[in-house]
Amino acid sequence: MKWGIVTFPGSNDDRDAWYCLETVLGQEAVLLWHKDQDLQGVEAIVLPGGFSYGDYLRAGALARFSPIMHSVVDFANAGGPVLGVCNGFQILCESGLLPGALVRNRSLSFICEWVSIRVETTRTRFTSACSAGECLSIPIKHGEGCYVADTDTVQSLTDNDQIVFRYVNEAGEAERAANPNGALHNIAGVTNPNGNVVGLMPHPEHAVEALLGGEDGRKLFTSVFA
Amino acid sequence: MASSPPVDLQLAHDHGLSTDEYNQIVQTLGRSPTFEELGVFSVMWSEHCSYKSSRRFLRRLPTTGPAILQGPGENAGIVDLGEGLAAVFKIESHNHPSFIEPYHGAATGVGGILRDIFTMGARPVASLNSLRFGAIDHPRTSQLVKGVVAGIGGYGNSVGVPTVGGEVYFDSGYNSNILVNAFTLGIARADRIFRARAAGVGNPVIYVGSRTGRDGIHGASLLASREFDERSEELRPAVQVGDPFTENVLIEACLELMQHDLIVGIQDMGAAGLTSSSVEMADRGEAGIVLTLDNVPTREEEITPYELLLSESQERMLIVAKDGCEEAVKAVFDKWDLQAVVIGEVTDDGLFRTIWHGEEVVRIPVPALTSEAPVYERRAEQPPDLVQRQQLDLTALPLPTDYAEVLSTLLTTPNIASKEWVYRQYDSLVGGNTVVQPGSDAAIIRLKESDKGIGISVNCNSRYCALDPYRGAAIAVVESARNLAVSGAKPIALSDCLNFGNPEKPEVMWQFTQAIDGIRDACETLELAVVSGNVSFYNETDGRAIPPTPTIAMVGILEDVTQHVTQWFKHAGDIIVLLGETHEELGASEYLAIIHEQERGVPPMLDLEREKQLQQLCLQASRERLFSSAHDVAEGGLAVALAESCITNPHSALGARVSLQGDLRPDALLFGESQSRVVISVQPDRWPRLQELLQADSLPYTVLGEVGGTELEISGHLKISATSLRNQWRAALGRQLT
Repeated sequence: MKWGIVTFPGSNDDRDAWYCLETVLGQEAVLLWHKDQDLQGVEAIVLPGGFSYGDYLRAGALARFSPIMHSVVDFANAGGPVLGVCNGFQILCESGLLPGALVRNRSLSFICEWVSIRVETTRTRFTSACSAGECLSIPIKHGEGCYVADTDTVQSLTDNDQIVFRYVNEAGEAERAANPNGALHNIAGVTNPNGNVVGLMPHPEHAVEALLGGEDGRKLFTSVFA
Repeated sequence: MASSPPVDLQLAHDHGLSTDEYNQIVQTLGRSPTFEELGVFSVMWSEHCSYKSSRRFLRRLPTTGPAILQGPGENAGIVDLGEGLAAVFKIESHNHPSFIEPYHGAATGVGGILRDIFTMGARPVASLNSLRFGAIDHPRTSQLVKGVVAGIGGYGNSVGVPTVGGEVYFDSGYNSNILVNAFTLGIARADRIFRARAAGVGNPVIYVGSRTGRDGIHGASLLASREFDERSEELRPAVQVGDPFTENVLIEACLELMQHDLIVGIQDMGAAGLTSSSVEMADRGEAGIVLTLDNVPTREEEITPYELLLSESQERMLIVAKDGCEEAVKAVFDKWDLQAVVIGEVTDDGLFRTIWHGEEVVRIPVPALTSEAPVYERRAEQPPDLVQRQQLDLTALPLPTDYAEVLSTLLTTPNIASKEWVYRQYDSLVGGNTVVQPGSDAAIIRLKESDKGIGISVNCNSRYCALDPYRGAAIAVVESARNLAVSGAKPIALSDCLNFGNPEKPEVMWQFTQAIDGIRDACETLELAVVSGNVSFYNETDGRAIPPTPTIAMVGILEDVTQHVTQWFKHAGDIIVLLGETHEELGASEYLAIIHEQERGVPPMLDLEREKQLQQLCLQASRERLFSSAHDVAEGGLAVALAESCITNPHSALGARVSLQGDLRPDALLFGESQSRVVISVQPDRWPRLQELLQADSLPYTVLGEVGGTELEISGHLKISATSLRNQWRAALGRQLT
């Protein structure tokens, strides 16, 4: 399967996502340049982590205006699978492809650590290989990962089964102490009503090799192609 | 030009130049310097740029070896990794700027060291840092720690290079002069190394990256080469401001440029900016260089040639391209939306010349700024009170009554407490190579291109150095090497960051020369080379120098990265063994400082040959995968090393039952810091083979006990819940930094 990973100026995890897909998971993967509009016939897209445009103004706020994002939005609206990781999640929210927003961590500090997230729905393109309630160990590394949305939005996310991941403790419970950034209802990732666009703060591409600490992140990718 | 002040001796003094130095300038030029020339001399002859007090002594250090591709003298050192790959690395200080403006001082320290690495054609893959702050209860410490850590994270995280390890110390000796030493390692193809040389008469000199502003003027001369006093806050405008986003795209653009055959040399504009980068490139290429300053991209109007020459605006590089390749170079930078402007060319006149509005404002022979710059042979004398401070009467030292309490106190003292509060603010994973994250003896990264791995460790115990700079510096080297060896990485080479007080004071100079000799002797026995580094003098405020701090950053290689070893216990039932011997040594220990509030005595003795044997054994054992865990015994001694083996697993604690034999004082047995010791755990079925290795080498060892249970029990001395110890140890630093 052919994957495209968008490189914005300031993207950091684009090469890591490429390595994950191309080398570890044996997919065909290409880097898509932010100034281009041609998606090169890819069948799935990853918006990677990093600090696109330095996160100046607001995380993800400038990247949404990149020429490539017009094509990504069309691709997503046509049902193509799009995964936004960390900064990619922020860009998806800024672009209106996903509801809600990501603000400064409650601690006001950047946090890098491995966390446990629970799969809340398996109906998305990126969680179909998981089982509902399954817990995955995946690292986070962000300063602005606190998911927020207004009450109506949260209600509709719940009603439409759009909450994909929550931060949980070792027992799999979404308690307050397990919430690293203050996200509303421990939300770590959400999807659009169709389930083809998923955004999450944890980095599945950094959890695909046992040597580097774990392989739980593979399932998000294998869900699409396996 | 009308606004330039008249150049005289007073103005030279204001620039930090001595009367003799000013006279030498006049003599060299055969005339009085222009205002711009005075600025150029003052930065190039500053201690920071010229190494005028240290140069003679640095020559004592071993700098070559079979794997060394580049020693000191370039932007960074280079080690051959085999398979066509090379490791490019260096450690550098950014002390004074970080004290004045902690966030930007630390951030630009990270930015500067990154540029030193990628300018050589290497992709930066790992950063570490060594941080030293004042006493944790000093009124400024908490804000300085928070600012520095946020600055390192703010720049490093955003630029996309993982911060994989480091060290953090607290000591009242740094109350008014903190240390921020930043290290970066990059990976390059051994046949695609770029050097900072200007060669080829007529080749264009191209300026790339950020525009030049008025920030950081005289950072090198006034900020880095002088003592501090109460007016130092006024120097805040001399601190540069960093932009990690520009650095991020600059890295990508430069590495892309280097894929093509377009350039002759490249160097970052670091300390002393445009001046030092162009002069040093001309010097290395034995050429001249002429710059038209009118062409330099600027951030503001009416910036003067003097300011253009001395600005330390960040994220700028100077490139000497091949003649005719200008457009191709520009095209690469265009793609990344960065400036690339031709501002001069290489000449054959051996002169550094700059033009402003058609007029030559600088005309200086390049060697006058480099090889012919002043070199000083400063007086060195042992501090008069040293012998007295080295006295320690153990018979007068009472034994504690509760060893569990002592252990818990030591584990929560800021120097031993978990540094998780610090390193969780750093992205240690980006790049996808981090095998061992911060929190073990050495950071380990893998090389995607091969089965190999790289180990990196940073060390210096400055209390040891204050009480014996020779031995303290030697221990900094061997401890770095030991951290690598116990982790399975064979130590190869190091970069040193030599932080000292005012070299014009004989006792500081004595500390410096002793430290150099200690580094040299340790390197010679362990067969290590010093390939890069930095000297930071004038670390003192109001006449009080910091403890001598020769920070060592060492790099080692694992032939098979899967053979790496971490420091924490893995399985119940494993046998715990102490490699090495414990002596009755409490001088200069953390125990003595924290529990008895005495910083005196001599640091533990060091037998370099024994150390080498121990490290070779550790490497052999890791190759045969005999160790379940291995942990260097350092601050806090054996009891702390055992506790750390129980509690430093990132996920949970594991207990151990041990008994310690011997007729030493119990506090020396538990908390003494005898060198050349390692706590290992081994599965019972692998123990016979390990015993064979130990006996073949006649290495002393003691079986201490067994991993298991929920408590750490040292029979006869203490029994304490491992989880409770872990919780205290993890929470301590954050709690004390409020």
